[in-house]
Amino acid sequence: MADYHVPVVADDIKTPSLQTGTMAHLAPYPATAKHMDPMGFPGERVENWQQKGVEKLGELLKKYRSLQVYLDICVKCGACTDKCHYYLGTGDANNMPVQRAELMRSVYRRYFTPAGKMFPNLVNAADFDEETLGKWFTYFHQCSQCRRCSVFCPFGIDTAEITMAAREIMNAIGVGHKYSVEIIGKVHQLGNNLGIPKPALKGTLEFLEEEILDSTGHDVRLPLDQEGADVLLVAPSADFFSEPHIQSLMGYAKVFHQAGISFTISSYASEAANFGMFIGSYDQQKKIAKRVVEQARALKVKRLVVGECGHAWRVAYAFWNTLNGPFDFLDPRYPAPQHICEFTHDLIQRGALALDKEANDEYRVTFHDSCNVARATRMGPKAGGQFEIPRDLIRASCNHFVDMDEDTIREKTFCCGGGGGLLTDELMDLRIRGVQPRVTALKRVMESDKVNFMALICAICKAQFTKVLPMYGIPMEMVGGVHQLVSNAIQLGAKKGIV
Amino acid sequence: MLTFLAYIVLTIFLFGFLSRIFAYARSPAPLKIATTPAPTTRLGVIWRLVTEVLFFNSLFKGDKLAWAGGIAFHGAMAVVLIRHIRYFIDPVPAFFGPLQIIGIVAGIAMAGALAFLLLRRLVFERVRYISSRADYLVLILLLAIAMSGLLMDFVLRPNIVAIKTNLMAMWGSVTGLPPLNSLGDVTFLLHLLLVGALLVIFPFSKLMHAGGIFFSPTRNQVDNPREKKHVNPWAAP
Repeated sequence: MADYHVPVVADDIKTPSLQTGTMAHLAPYPATAKHMDPMGFPGERVENWQQKGVEKLGELLKKYRSLQVYLDICVKCGACTDKCHYYLGTGDANNMPVQRAELMRSVYRRYFTPAGKMFPNLVNAADFDEETLGKWFTYFHQCSQCRRCSVFCPFGIDTAEITMAAREIMNAIGVGHKYSVEIIGKVHQLGNNLGIPKPALKGTLEFLEEEILDSTGHDVRLPLDQEGADVLLVAPSADFFSEPHIQSLMGYAKVFHQAGISFTISSYASEAANFGMFIGSYDQQKKIAKRVVEQARALKVKRLVVGECGHAWRVAYAFWNTLNGPFDFLDPRYPAPQHICEFTHDLIQRGALALDKEANDEYRVTFHDSCNVARATRMGPKAGGQFEIPRDLIRASCNHFVDMDEDTIREKTFCCGGGGGLLTDELMDLRIRGVQPRVTALKRVMESDKVNFMALICAICKAQFTKVLPMYGIPMEMVGGVHQLVSNAIQLGAKKGIV
Repeated sequence: MLTFLAYIVLTIFLFGFLSRIFAYARSPAPLKIATTPAPTTRLGVIWRLVTEVLFFNSLFKGDKLAWAGGIAFHGAMAVVLIRHIRYFIDPVPAFFGPLQIIGIVAGIAMAGALAFLLLRRLVFERVRYISSRADYLVLILLLAIAMSGLLMDFVLRPNIVAIKTNLMAMWGSVTGLPPLNSLGDVTFLLHLLLVGALLVIFPFSKLMHAGGIFFSPTRNQVDNPREKKHVNPWAAP
């Protein structure tokens, strides 16, 4: 393992003093023609990239009201300057949301506003040149699109929108990020981010069925490509292969089994994640999400349920209907799509499941709100259900639950540090620093309340935390899905089914 | 001469402001991106926007000092602007009588709040770092407007009655000038020119936040993407 700088964790989250360029060295690996070509992006930087980049910005200004308004109306009040986890972890001035956006605003002013054309020095306008592009590539890959800044902005300016636009502009001129673009290629080829082919997926699901049979004595099925099932379950592909994700997958299966609702996983649409969002591409988002709709029709299911994955839930909840809807071919009695937490919560409400809280008595649990779920989606009929429903599930599954500091949960939650397409090894230094605010709040409840389990509902959070928490001396076993707790507590047999 | 200038200024302001607003209104919002938890009804969204504009809810969560300065400045300016209506109408309704003293107190509050915001921008490391010359210029301009106004209230009193008569008549003549018989009258001219400058830069600057906030998709969208299909106007069918 490389020698990383792990920040010291204080008792409270402290705003670091301002520094310049502390993270300037950390640019991600660029994509090559091999990754870019299949997306329809230029394989290398195009010759007239400055002109093309500015043109693309002009195009996006006409396509996205968010971009047009947000580039115009920031008053530089500074409310966002201490809100980003990457700023808190690095102290780099360009990781203050307003300053990150300024990288694009200065270019916008130069080419699209009278003031920037006439008085560039007065209003901070900058040419779209080599230096600016370098900063774009570096710092627009140090934003996880978590939207925490947008909560505190008096105008709701959402840096995620600006980061997405920047990445789309860079892709259009052949300056892509290898990690995200490569992963999208895998989805188109094999149906999922991890590149798992159908035989391997089938083998895994069979193995898990045996595993559940061995440990519980119950024949819980994990069907693949089964036509006529009630529900198509779309889970992040990490749920099939990674720890602790796989524990939640077994949890979902047990819930379906116990409720007596048939479900299937699709090998063609074996991915809930949608990295099209991370690179800001509407077309890619639509294309990736389309696989799910096609499979829902082909397999003749009545419902769509999405597994534990933060940005996937954002795309599913907020975008699917626009991208490929309407879902009028599904059972109208249920929301389409439905989150697995909504699904399980509904069953508990209706008395269809029996949960033994004592099965989780070894755990003292806290909950990490994942950024996209918290600030970009909803669960259930009421605003804020995305906070209450997962917590209800935890309380129904275990006896000891405690929340972290209120400034670090719900709508004010901190990103895990690995979201937005940054969950890649070359950005490890950023990921370690970015998790610091979350670690600070977690350590406090570990000390004050003996918390030893942090439940969450995001595949990226799970992967990020299990990797970086050990560097802070926190065991990776501390992290797991909400449905891992459900899986432990659910009573199989003594079948109740749907009431 | 001054009238001519005034018409140009008002044209730039109105045309510029409205063209920005139309640009915002025309640009499509392809996806639902409300910052959640968000209202699930149209009425809820109106309430969210109204309270955001009146009380700066989000800023209150984010930065208490900026919130205090911002609320004080905007609130005071609103009162000052209402008081100024008396200079444009004749006869002046009785309601404006007791408003005089409130307006003057608001003027002092406005200048104080601006000074506080300027100081905050200079003193706090992070806010200083993100500030451009234009950010200071706007504050200084507003402060100069407030100070020249207060100066007329307390020190250099212009012949306001003559000015008003003159101004009311001026709108019809291109060559009119207000009386310049005292330092107070000169201060008034300065005050007027500064306001003109503010109006001219308004559409081309961050001052557009005044209209822009109503078009912020994270704040003005209803959180109902599953219940109602949101259509992207530029999506390929």
